[in-house]
Amino acid sequence: MKPSVSHHRCDSSAEYELLIDGANCGSCVKKIETALRNVQGVDHAEMNFAQRTVLVSGSSGVEPLINAVEQAGYHAKESVAENDEAAMTEKEASDQAYYKKLMRDMSISLGVGIPLMLYGLFIGDMSVSSPAERFAWLVVGIVTLAVMYFSGKHFYTGAWQSFKNHSANMDTLIALGTGTAWLYSMVVIIVPALLPDMARHVYFEATAMIIGLINLGLALELKARGRTSEAIKRLINLQAKTARVIRDGNEVDIPIEQVRINDQVRVRPGERIAVDGEVLEGRSSVDESMLTGEPIPVEKTQGDLVSAGTINKSGSLVFVAKRVGKDTALANIINMVKKAQNSKPPIGRLADVIAGYFVPTIMIIAVISALIWLNVGPEPTVAFAIVSATTVLIIACPCALGLATPMSVMVGVGKAAEAGVLIRNGESLQTASQITAMVLDKTGTITLGRPQVTDIVAISGYSEEDVIRLAASLESNSEHPLAEAIVASAKSRDIALSDVSDFNAITGQGVEARVGEQSLLLGNKKLMKERGIELSEQVIEQAQVFAREAKSPMYFAVDNTLAGIVAVADPIKDDSVAAIKRLQGNGIRVVMLTGDNQATAKAVADKVGIDEFYAEVQPQDKVDKVKVLQDENEIVGMTGDGINDAPALAQANVGFAIGTGTDVAIESADITLMRGSLHGLADAVAVSKATIRNIKQNLFGAFIYNVAGVPIAAGLLYPVFGILLSPVVAGAAMAFSSLTVVTNANRLRFFKVKEH
Amino acid sequence: MWIINLVGVVFVGLIVWWFWLYKPNEVKANKDLIITVENGVYSPSYITVPPNQAVSLVFNRKDPAPCAEQLLIPEFNISESLVLNQHTRVHLPAMPTGEYEFHCQMKMYKGTLRVSE
Ligand SMILES: [Cu+2]
Repeated sequence: MKPSVSHHRCDSSAEYELLIDGANCGSCVKKIETALRNVQGVDHAEMNFAQRTVLVSGSSGVEPLINAVEQAGYHAKESVAENDEAAMTEKEASDQAYYKKLMRDMSISLGVGIPLMLYGLFIGDMSVSSPAERFAWLVVGIVTLAVMYFSGKHFYTGAWQSFKNHSANMDTLIALGTGTAWLYSMVVIIVPALLPDMARHVYFEATAMIIGLINLGLALELKARGRTSEAIKRLINLQAKTARVIRDGNEVDIPIEQVRINDQVRVRPGERIAVDGEVLEGRSSVDESMLTGEPIPVEKTQGDLVSAGTINKSGSLVFVAKRVGKDTALANIINMVKKAQNSKPPIGRLADVIAGYFVPTIMIIAVISALIWLNVGPEPTVAFAIVSATTVLIIACPCALGLATPMSVMVGVGKAAEAGVLIRNGESLQTASQITAMVLDKTGTITLGRPQVTDIVAISGYSEEDVIRLAASLESNSEHPLAEAIVASAKSRDIALSDVSDFNAITGQGVEARVGEQSLLLGNKKLMKERGIELSEQVIEQAQVFAREAKSPMYFAVDNTLAGIVAVADPIKDDSVAAIKRLQGNGIRVVMLTGDNQATAKAVADKVGIDEFYAEVQPQDKVDKVKVLQDENEIVGMTGDGINDAPALAQANVGFAIGTGTDVAIESADITLMRGSLHGLADAVAVSKATIRNIKQNLFGAFIYNVAGVPIAAGLLYPVFGILLSPVVAGAAMAFSSLTVVTNANRLRFFKVKEH
Repeated sequence: MWIINLVGVVFVGLIVWWFWLYKPNEVKANKDLIITVENGVYSPSYITVPPNQAVSLVFNRKDPAPCAEQLLIPEFNISESLVLNQHTRVHLPAMPTGEYEFHCQMKMYKGTLRVSE
């Protein structure tokens, strides 16, 4: 009898990933690896120094591993999959708490500010003359100070902290603006003699109102920001929370983070697949639309791959976990979308540079503007100087400028992801919006990339079934894609194949073999001629018709007599024509490249409506074709699916990789189309155009606001029109400028990606 | 009046010096270094890391403002969400010597990574 212990040990072998802390030198690697390899049950330990991680396989369990690393003098902890959903909930909770705090701060400060402002507008003026007034205003001043403390403390501490760090930010401007207004008012009350009569005016209402309005603006912005990340939220919600794992013959539901590579997982009908894996048993159809956008469920059976996040529809499947945690395709996608959402397209760089220098510049402008009022302004110069400096500081917050680009990118990249288009970064997004020429590789891009038998012509008394049965038997030994098509065709008709002998492949011509007593020959015209098989005019003409239809005809002979023609073609994808039309409708020049012969290329190009195509293009020539277009000043998008397209993808301004099924080469292209359809291209172009347009609107709004707002606040319009902004108006404008930008970005969410 | 103008000009000079010309003290990154994100600043904000060697920095975000959430290092295409009131480890690739900025999404929180021996 087999000892059960060793059996158990074999089954429980697993892989662990440890995060190592404190390893700072190359020599640590060896030390850590040795320590781990000495742990009982460890088969393998390998450290990645760059990432400070060790991959350990064995049956030791995690605890002994961590202990071993600790004993070697380092710290280790197990790397578990991030629970994105929990993180998301936590973030929402903290956002909610912050929102509540902002709203509370807002009510306190507006509660004081609004009555004061109404009083100033309708009842009295806010000047200080009698001792009674002085006392009353002193009380108001203290109340305002309390407001500043309770509702505006974060501005002042923030301003102070960043001042100490030699940096300046939004808080600096708000603290300076409101602080100036308050201090000036207190001077008016406490030592009025310092100021001329006319300038004895208090601005407590400005301080309270500004703090209130800016808190309100922040609160509303927080709410609107939450909506911009909805796409990510939806992706994260695709992750299952638990998985039903088969351990020691028992099925147990465990949290998703505890699933390990090589675990056997059962998924029942209607359940979400928890991790990426390979089916061991069962048969079912799986809805992969959330990953690929492909609406039709895919049949899965033993040996097929399943992906986390997809839904098992009909039957029960058992699969072995191949990629778990943050390695699953879905986790990679989420990660990639998150990254792309935070990267900026070049269009945002100017705004960045400006935002970086903005605050100190504004402080300087405020000082200069105050000096000008003091020197050449009308009486009371002090009051005007204070109002203009305060208003400049308040209106100048660069928040809207800083938000303009990231908010739109966030929504745009998310929107694209929902359509199955993964955009790598902001730069790809911007370039995609400028594409003028799109190069399409034919095979696998316009066509399915899987040849199929389209026509069978039977001659000389043979039936179609005879032809396909014998041809498939003959080809069952060959691994050529055309051979696979013929074998698949026989299988789909449930035709049993016969055993073959004496199989022989004749390079460049075809194949031959014997089935029982019959000698079989399948190949081109040349092969038939060489073997002296007669081809009638009619047969040759039929073959030419096939060739014109982009099909590859093969002659089939039995015992040296022609028995039929088998035509094989790589079918055009259902929606290639419509998608190409969409691209052309956008004014994009569509060019097709193919390694196929001229006739096939022309037939396919005609069918899909492409005028410009290059046939018999070698893989290395694809790069040159892209370069030629670039020399013609085209911004070139290149779409391909194979490794041989990689150089051309890199040469193109934007490389699009077509992901077939879920096996996506996410790493290789600027933009990845999760679904096989070319509509993804048109979608990518449409989304990127809409996003860039949205960014431009935002930047225009933000620039106008700051560029026009600051001079008006400084008093540029005063000499001619007598207009000087009140600090309260500036406060309101500043609060709502960011809100406008975020709201405009959110408008992108309603953009319709698909026109078809 | 000229005194006030002079004070104003000196003030402008101080702003330029304080915010643009002055370099904050640098801090060498080691395994115990935690960068706190609070009140609109990273502290420390000027960090030296060794060249051509992958390192990681730990950020502790205490600032609930949405501005503070994203940490970007544009040069290396790094963007990380910093979790509120938690330590977030940010892995940096091996970097050639030079100075690189890190900042929040709006560039209101700013810091510098100095890569040198
Ligand atoms: Cu801000």
